[in-house]
Amino acid sequence: MDAPQDQFAIRVRDLVVGFGRQTVLDHLSLDVRRGEILGLVGASGGGKSVLMRTIIGLIKGQSGTIEVMGQPIGGHGRGAATTWGILFQQGALFSSLTVRQNVQFPLRENLVLSQELMDEIAIAKLEMVGLRAQDADKYPAELSGGMTKRVALARALALDPPILFLDEPTSGLDPIAAGDFDALITTLQKTLGLTVFMVTHDLASLTTVCDRVAALADGKIVAIGPMRELLQSEHPWVRAYFHGKRSQMLQHEMR
Amino acid sequence: MNHEPLLLATPSGDALNLRPEGPWTAANVVTLETLSRSVGADVDRSRVVTLDMSGVSALDTLGAWVLEKLSRRAASAGRSTEFVGVADHFSGLMDEVRQVNRHTPAPTAAPNPVLARLGDLGKSTVGAREDITIFLQMLGALFMAVVGVLRRPRSLRLTSLVYQLYRIGWQAIPIVALITFLIGAIIAQQGFFHFRRFGAESYTVDMVGILVLRELGVLIVAIMVAGRSGSAYTAELGSMKMREEIDALSTMGLDPVEILILPRVAALVIALPILTFIGSIAALYGGGLVAQFYGDMGPAIYIARLHEAITVTHFEVGILKAPFMALVIGIVACSEGLRVKGSAESLGRQTTTSVVKSIFLVIVLDGLFAIFFASIGM
Repeated sequence: MDAPQDQFAIRVRDLVVGFGRQTVLDHLSLDVRRGEILGLVGASGGGKSVLMRTIIGLIKGQSGTIEVMGQPIGGHGRGAATTWGILFQQGALFSSLTVRQNVQFPLRENLVLSQELMDEIAIAKLEMVGLRAQDADKYPAELSGGMTKRVALARALALDPPILFLDEPTSGLDPIAAGDFDALITTLQKTLGLTVFMVTHDLASLTTVCDRVAALADGKIVAIGPMRELLQSEHPWVRAYFHGKRSQMLQHEMR
Repeated sequence: MNHEPLLLATPSGDALNLRPEGPWTAANVVTLETLSRSVGADVDRSRVVTLDMSGVSALDTLGAWVLEKLSRRAASAGRSTEFVGVADHFSGLMDEVRQVNRHTPAPTAAPNPVLARLGDLGKSTVGAREDITIFLQMLGALFMAVVGVLRRPRSLRLTSLVYQLYRIGWQAIPIVALITFLIGAIIAQQGFFHFRRFGAESYTVDMVGILVLRELGVLIVAIMVAGRSGSAYTAELGSMKMREEIDALSTMGLDPVEILILPRVAALVIALPILTFIGSIAALYGGGLVAQFYGDMGPAIYIARLHEAITVTHFEVGILKAPFMALVIGIVACSEGLRVKGSAESLGRQTTTSVVKSIFLVIVLDGLFAIFFASIGM
C-alpha cells in the first residue's frame, strides 16, 4: 500500500538544537519506521525531551530537517492532532474540563459532528484505554496517577492519529499499573496500527514493549536497534546504562 | 485514497446488504453521519443485515463505531446482523469497537428546578457558616502564633517580615499616593463646584479634610491593598499548596501559620496604617492643589482652614481602623490561599474569592466602625 519512501513515520536529519551557547542535540539523525514502537533512552537532562519536543514543534531546531509522515514539520498547523497524539509526562489534562470533555476536545476542535456521536466516541476511547463510562464526568483533579495517564492517552488517540508520542508513560506508576499500561500500549498499537515514539527510563517497558531502542548520548543517537543488540553495544554510556548495578539486577531478575 | 466514503445499500427481500466503501475515517465524519442516517430506515425494515466490509480502504475508531452502531441498531430489534469481508488489518479494531459502549450508565435524572434552587441556597448557607469557621480558625491560629513568637522571640521570621513589608508597603507607596492624590483632588473639585452656588466654598476644606481622614483615605488604601497584596498572598499560598510545599513544612514539624502566614499578616498590619497616613496626606495635598488652581484659595488659607476644620480625633478615627482592616484582608487572603485544591482553575477561583470577600469585609467593617465611633462620640 505504501510507497517505499513512506516506510518511515519520522525522519530526523542532522538536527542541531541548542539554548544559548549550549548545544543539546548535535547533528542528530534518527528514523522511526511506520508501525514500530521505538523507545528512546538517554541521561536525565541529555536531550530526550528536547528531541521529542523538537519533533512535535514545541522547540525550534537551529539546523537540520524533520519530516513527519513525509511532511516537514510546521506544515501540520491546526490539524496537528490528526497527525500525532502526545501523552505528556504529567498528563497535561485541561483541569477545567471533565474527562469526557478532555477526550472530546480534539474532536470538537477538528471535526464537525453531532453531540451524540461525540459522546459515544469519547466513551469508546475511554473504554479502549481501560476506563469506565462512570469516570467520564470526573474532573482531572479527582483522578489517580494511572487514570490521569489513561485519560491523557484517550485524548491523544481521540482522532486516531498515526503517530503517538509518549513522554515517560510509566513514570510515577506502580509496577502493576506500569505493566498494565505497557500492555495497553502494545494492544492499542496493534489495533490502531500506531507508530509509537516513547521516551522512557523503564527497563521493563524497553524490554517488553519496544521493537527498537535508540540511545541518546552526547547529543547524538549512539546506538539503535532491538534491545538485544543494544545490550551488546560497546559504547561506554550505553554499557553503563544497561550494565549498571540497577540494570543488571533487573535483567538478572527477569531471566 | 482521497475519494469520498460511500455506503451502498442493496435490499433483497427481507435481507439488506450494506457495503461501505472508501475511507471511513474521522476526516469524513460529516459524510459518515449522513450516510449512516440515510440507511437507518432500510435497516429498521430488514430482517437480516449484512455488512460487507471488503470495500473499505481506510478505517479508524470513529468509522468503525459508526458501522458498529448500525449493526447494533439492527441487533437491538432482534434481527440478525453480520460483518463479512473484514480485512485482517481492520479486524483488531472492529473487535475492539464491538466491546465498547456496552454499559451506558443510567442517565442521571434532571433534578427538580425548585429543589435544585433550594439545594443551592442550603449549600451556600452551610458554605457561609464554613467561611466564618475558617476565618475564626485562622484568627485563632494567628493568635497562637503571636503567643509563640512572644514566648520565643527568636522564632519570628524577621527576614520574611521585612521582605513582605518591602513588597506590600514600600513598593505600594507610589500607586497608593497617586490614587489617593487624585481622589482628594476630585473631591475638592466637586466641593468647590457645588458649594460655590450657595457661597460655601470655604466649607470644601472641611469636607475634604474630614472625609479623607475619617473614611476615604483608609478605605481607598485598604481596597487597593486587598486587590494588590491580598490577591498576591492568595496566589502564592495557593500555588505552594498545589505543589505540596505547605505539606512539606508541616511534616517537618513546622507550623505553616507561623512561617508563612504570620509574617504576611503582620506585614499588612504594620504597612496599612503607614500607607493610610501617606494616602491621606497625598489626598489632602491633591485637595490643596485644586483649591489653589480651581478654587482660588491660596495654600496659606487652605492650611489655616484645614487647621480649624479637623482635629486629631478625625485622624485617629481613620488610622485606628487601618490595622483591623489589614487583619481582615490578611486572614481572608491567607485562608483562601490554603483552600486552593489541585487545579489551576481552583487557584483562579480562590484568588477572585479572596479579593471580593476582603473588599466586602473591609466595607462592612468600616460601617461597623462608623456606628462604633458615633456611639462613643468620636
